[in-house]
Amino acid sequence: MATGAQIPEKGDVLLRLQGIGKQFGAVTALDDIEMEVRAGEVVALVGDNGAGKSTLVKVLAGVHQPSSGVIEYLGNQVTLDTPGKALEMGIATVFQDLALCENLDVVANLFLGHEISPWRMDEVQMEVRAWTLLQELAARIPSVREPIASLSGGQRQTVAIARSLLLDPNIIMLDEPTAALGVAQTAEVLNLIERVRDRGHGVILISHNMEDVRAVADRIVVLRLGRNNGVFTADATHEELVAAITGASENSVSRRAARKLEAMGDQL
Amino acid sequence: MTQEQNNIGLTQQLDRADSRVRHDEGLTGALRAFYDQVRSGDLGMLPVFVGLFLISIVFSVLNPVFLAPNNLVNLLFDAAAVGLISLGVVCVLLLGEIDLSIGSMSGLASAMTGVLWVNAGIALPFTIAAVLVTGMLVGLVYGFLRNRFEMPSFVATLAGLLTLLGMQLYILGPTGSINLPFTSPLVRFGQILIMPAWLSYMLAVLPGAMIIFGGIRTGQKRRAANLSASGLSVTLTKALVLSVALVFAVYYLEKGRGVPWMFGAFTLLVVVLNYALTRTKWGRSMFAVGGNAEAARRSGINVKAIRLSAFMICSSLAALGGVFAAARLASASQQAGTGDVNLNAIAAAVIGGTSLFGGRGSAWSALLGVLVIMAISNGLTLLNLSSSLRYMITGAVLAIAVVVDSLARRSRASHGRA
Repeated sequence: MATGAQIPEKGDVLLRLQGIGKQFGAVTALDDIEMEVRAGEVVALVGDNGAGKSTLVKVLAGVHQPSSGVIEYLGNQVTLDTPGKALEMGIATVFQDLALCENLDVVANLFLGHEISPWRMDEVQMEVRAWTLLQELAARIPSVREPIASLSGGQRQTVAIARSLLLDPNIIMLDEPTAALGVAQTAEVLNLIERVRDRGHGVILISHNMEDVRAVADRIVVLRLGRNNGVFTADATHEELVAAITGASENSVSRRAARKLEAMGDQL
Repeated sequence: MTQEQNNIGLTQQLDRADSRVRHDEGLTGALRAFYDQVRSGDLGMLPVFVGLFLISIVFSVLNPVFLAPNNLVNLLFDAAAVGLISLGVVCVLLLGEIDLSIGSMSGLASAMTGVLWVNAGIALPFTIAAVLVTGMLVGLVYGFLRNRFEMPSFVATLAGLLTLLGMQLYILGPTGSINLPFTSPLVRFGQILIMPAWLSYMLAVLPGAMIIFGGIRTGQKRRAANLSASGLSVTLTKALVLSVALVFAVYYLEKGRGVPWMFGAFTLLVVVLNYALTRTKWGRSMFAVGGNAEAARRSGINVKAIRLSAFMICSSLAALGGVFAAARLASASQQAGTGDVNLNAIAAAVIGGTSLFGGRGSAWSALLGVLVIMAISNGLTLLNLSSSLRYMITGAVLAIAVVVDSLARRSRASHGRA
């Protein structure tokens, strides 16, 4: 629906950012960012607080306009000037605060803004599609006719992710999807991310949690102080990532790792 | 035994796969669900029925005339104008906004009716059209101030209250009051015209018939889509209870003069708005904006357009309410729309179950709430109480309604309902 004539194959480049910059007054939030997202891959975007992750997400979601640089989508240069346009083109975003309406039920939230037959809403068809989508994602929601207010944090995250998939986007961006979740719920959301990838979507995952990132990401893009600071594969070590994020190889994490290595060496 | 075999034979329904959820089946199930709902603070229309019951007992003990058929017919005549204004208020309350100028808007509308129709001799349809356009423009201004300058609607409409009141006094000029001709269709509509009995009875059984028809059709559609459907017993009981109540109401009113056309017109608008709010994308967007405006915006809903539409509907309905009020009183005066009209309309919406905090409510709350407010006002008038006491009592009722709304909201939050 979002792609029109072209249906991207697995591995096709969906999105390419070149030299993206963003200034807020005197502050440079992003500077010369390069990034690529392919179909059927999870790209993790990591960085310290203030590294520019959220700004980059907002640029891609059409909330902020970049001050400079080029966004290429399916090979064409595009401008994302409103959230609606980004959605329409097939870039869906799940923000950290989920943006669900607590007074509406799951079906109403899933279809919000995209109701089937606007003048005589087809509740039955919407409910069927809601159940089908949730089952495809193997998501466990007890009832789709309960208001969001009665769901747990993980269930809300699931609803938010399911909603972003409803329009069958090419790319889905997840901003800190596991930040507020417990162990089991985190595992469930990570499973969900893998199922989304296997459906052929490109996934951009923003996270603070290195374990989560290394568990599902195919590539890891590190931002530091608004600039690219390296691209890693999933088998990058924790230390390498931390070093790239903090911009130093000398810190408590690397020291402890070094001590461990030494100790192992001594034992041998 | 056969029941069990049937269940095994069926493939599992889509919405019955999760064993953690209790599914309320049949009549007892429906009652239990309702009981749970009320206990968790989702009161719905319950306070209205309790309120109406108490009011009728108290006032009929104090003055038996209160429950006389013709007094109730009068009550319905009185209720239509304020009810229309209240219907508009429901729209802005759903967004968590407020319009304090509805009284002045209705006053200006009734003044315009007098000036344009009686003094200037413009045909009635054109006059009403002009009044409605004025209402829309006023709503447009409020919506613009809210959207463009983020002016709280409380302030914008407070300014509007004074401005519109000034305009009302200005166009009425030094005479201050214009009488509408008694034989005109507008005044007859506001004071005399009654639906024929057969029509009233037909309209009284129509909702029940529609519930049964709709219930059966939805049930078929849901079963065809492999979803669970509520049983026929629940639908039939609902329809039966509603039909009996409505037919009795009509029978009782027919012992007096009958059901006023004006009240019928008001009810029709309630039904239309109820459909728009519950079955269209626009209505869903209204609830979404009232619940979480930022979430609605990110879902691609044009929040500003929704706000604009709500303010425009509110002011237009207030204007139409002003025309009804002029018809009811057969005059357009400086007093029209002043005094307690504003708060009566807002109180009616809140008493009927529309939350002041946005995102919850229904068009029916205007109808039920206005019946409560008008019953109180009518009863107090019958007791020959001065308007000072009437204001105090109506004020207290409004305060109680808001307290109930706040408590219910807190209870819903602690029970995990929005």
